[in-house]
Amino acid sequence: MRALLKTAYAQDIRLFRYGGTGRLVCGLLFYAALLVIAPRGFLTAWGACLYALAFGIILLRRDSQDEGGSAAFWYGLLGVALLSAPLLADDYAVSQLSFVLTYAIAGIGLVLLSGQAGQISLGHAAFMAAGAYTEAILHNAGAGLLVSLPAACLVAAALGVLVGLPALRMRGIYLALATYAFAFIVEEILARWETVTGGNQGLTMDWPRLVLPGVSYGFESEREFYYLVLGVFAAALLAALNLMRSATGRAFQAVRDSEIAAKSMGVNVAAVKTTAFTISAGLTGIAGALYGHLLFTITPEGFTIFLSINLLLMIVVGGMGSLHGAVFGAIFLVVLPQLIASFRDLLPPALASQSGIESGIFGLIIILFVLFEPDGIYGRWVKIRAYFDLFPLYRKGSFRRQRRTMASERDR
Amino acid sequence: MTSWTDRLFAAIWRGLILFAALGVLAPFLLYATGAMDAMRLGFYIQQLVSGAAIGCVYAMVALGIVLIYKATETINFAQGDLLMVGAFLSFTTIGIFGLPYALGALLAVAAAFLFGILCERAVIRPLVGEPAFSIVMVTIGLGFFLRALVGLTPGWGTDTFTIPTPFTDHTVQLGPAIISQNHAAIILLTMALCGALYLFFAKTKIGVAMQAVSENQLAAHYMGIPVKNLFTLIWGLSAAVAGVAGLLLAPIAFVHSQMGFIVFKALPAAVLGGFASLPGAIVGGLIVGIAEALAGFYLPQGFKDVAAYALLLIVLIVKPEGIFGESGMKKV
Repeated sequence: MRALLKTAYAQDIRLFRYGGTGRLVCGLLFYAALLVIAPRGFLTAWGACLYALAFGIILLRRDSQDEGGSAAFWYGLLGVALLSAPLLADDYAVSQLSFVLTYAIAGIGLVLLSGQAGQISLGHAAFMAAGAYTEAILHNAGAGLLVSLPAACLVAAALGVLVGLPALRMRGIYLALATYAFAFIVEEILARWETVTGGNQGLTMDWPRLVLPGVSYGFESEREFYYLVLGVFAAALLAALNLMRSATGRAFQAVRDSEIAAKSMGVNVAAVKTTAFTISAGLTGIAGALYGHLLFTITPEGFTIFLSINLLLMIVVGGMGSLHGAVFGAIFLVVLPQLIASFRDLLPPALASQSGIESGIFGLIIILFVLFEPDGIYGRWVKIRAYFDLFPLYRKGSFRRQRRTMASERDR
Repeated sequence: MTSWTDRLFAAIWRGLILFAALGVLAPFLLYATGAMDAMRLGFYIQQLVSGAAIGCVYAMVALGIVLIYKATETINFAQGDLLMVGAFLSFTTIGIFGLPYALGALLAVAAAFLFGILCERAVIRPLVGEPAFSIVMVTIGLGFFLRALVGLTPGWGTDTFTIPTPFTDHTVQLGPAIISQNHAAIILLTMALCGALYLFFAKTKIGVAMQAVSENQLAAHYMGIPVKNLFTLIWGLSAAVAGVAGLLLAPIAFVHSQMGFIVFKALPAAVLGGFASLPGAIVGGLIVGIAEALAGFYLPQGFKDVAAYALLLIVLIVKPEGIFGESGMKKV
């Protein structure tokens, strides 16, 4: 997916650039109704009536909105819903929501690295672990959040530089392998360095404290902590949006699309990759710190290659082309195990008692997404939106991707 | 045009090779000077041989990865799980059906070949021409799926099994060391397999066509080589090699649904060998296996597990093109 780059900063940084979100929501409801009533589209009479109705609504709404205004309205509504969630939902739901936001922060970091800069990382669990352990050690030593959270970010980012440094000499798949070797070593260090990390028993931590000169405030419950996570998430999102628009963000895209072209445009490829790793690792470190507080107990076993793969799965399923993808993917990552658990009761007992079935379904979902929905959930969202924006003109091939005849990393 | 960093890294590389050679030979020298007794030396040789044996298994998994990488430029993270499936197939033919070892092994490897073809047709073929990242993700997903599939197959499941072999529980005396026949068989069979593969790639028409595809897909296509069908064959070949590896690994590490994680040791081996070189993969696998044995011999517990990754990081930083790889850097 290509980003739209305008020239004026004010234009680029506008949060609600695209109108038509209201139309989209109407359209989505309509789409759902269509799927239920008339799976074959407007070939049936019911479908035709619905199409006429929805098209009328869409046309009516099109007159009444200015560009971006309605997007602002719907995002505002989402914001209100998120802010009021702790007042309405129960503890469990709130903590799950915190997990979604935490994963989404890590997802933003990974989208910047993989989606924007085109680097694959198989070692993001290490950055998450670095953040979580730094936070735990500093928190248990009595430091406040304003010290420990930036420290967690910095430690993870420093590790990111360390991983990004080999980027000076290698690229593509080699870099991915370096990250994964690195993650294994970090995991082993966490398990062996018992005086600091508690070895395989790990470390425990409770809710964080906010210590300012003169004021000290301790978070006391899931609900209070949720607001912290929400705040950090919003800040991370805005920072990432801003970054993607900046010269650095454009350099990321240039490196992703062609290193040789980027080099000839004067982009310092190695520096850009290292920067991407640093920023991504820093964000992931922050996510790790919050994750640690949510888990209470952190052990090396929580930060294995499988967490890295889960994070990667998250952005593949969500869609790497956009920050939306990180959020969709995070929702997916939290909801899927629960869906599987609830389906488990429907399976025959011999099958349901197998422990491997979850990872099997995970694997199947990765395969199906890459085969049939390569742009992820966000890609589907964009396609549905385009369907309604272009209403009678949308064709099946509108989003067909071009295939390269020669798949060669060597010549890129 | 060589910069001072290139020269520096080349010097470091030579130093590392010297250091490694010293590490391997030191106990022999110590024994020769009388500083080490025969028992300790025997123990060292046993470690070395078992390291080489497990290294051979890494080498074969790495070989499968490199085969697929050369042709399709994607890394097959499911290679370890293909090994796992291969091991279960030989468990079925030898352990469950009770066929003689050689016949059962042959059947299992043939079945693994077909299984590789099936995998390629089902999930990889639709993605030919897509970005490498997509295919890497699919292979990761395939690995997860295969693990669950084996766990759910009746008769296989998540338990651990052993395969009876003619070599089990026999030993050979080699100087002061007592070598398990299992280890000896692994090393000899790997050598035989390498020879067979060499003949296949050098002498047969299909082998040469595979080389052509891995050099340049488009040119191969213009020459009338059915590139996509060759991809399928390469996957089959790679799965068959994994099947042999699974068969050989089975006597020294039980057959179970998690044995595919060996791929995480085979990847460093492949990188060590340059990732696009078949002999390199073999040498890389041996180096990783022996490095683990040395780390287990010289260093405190724990270093053995990270030896492969430490080695990988060092090689990636000092000599990213690997031992056998040609430098692929393009200057603008």
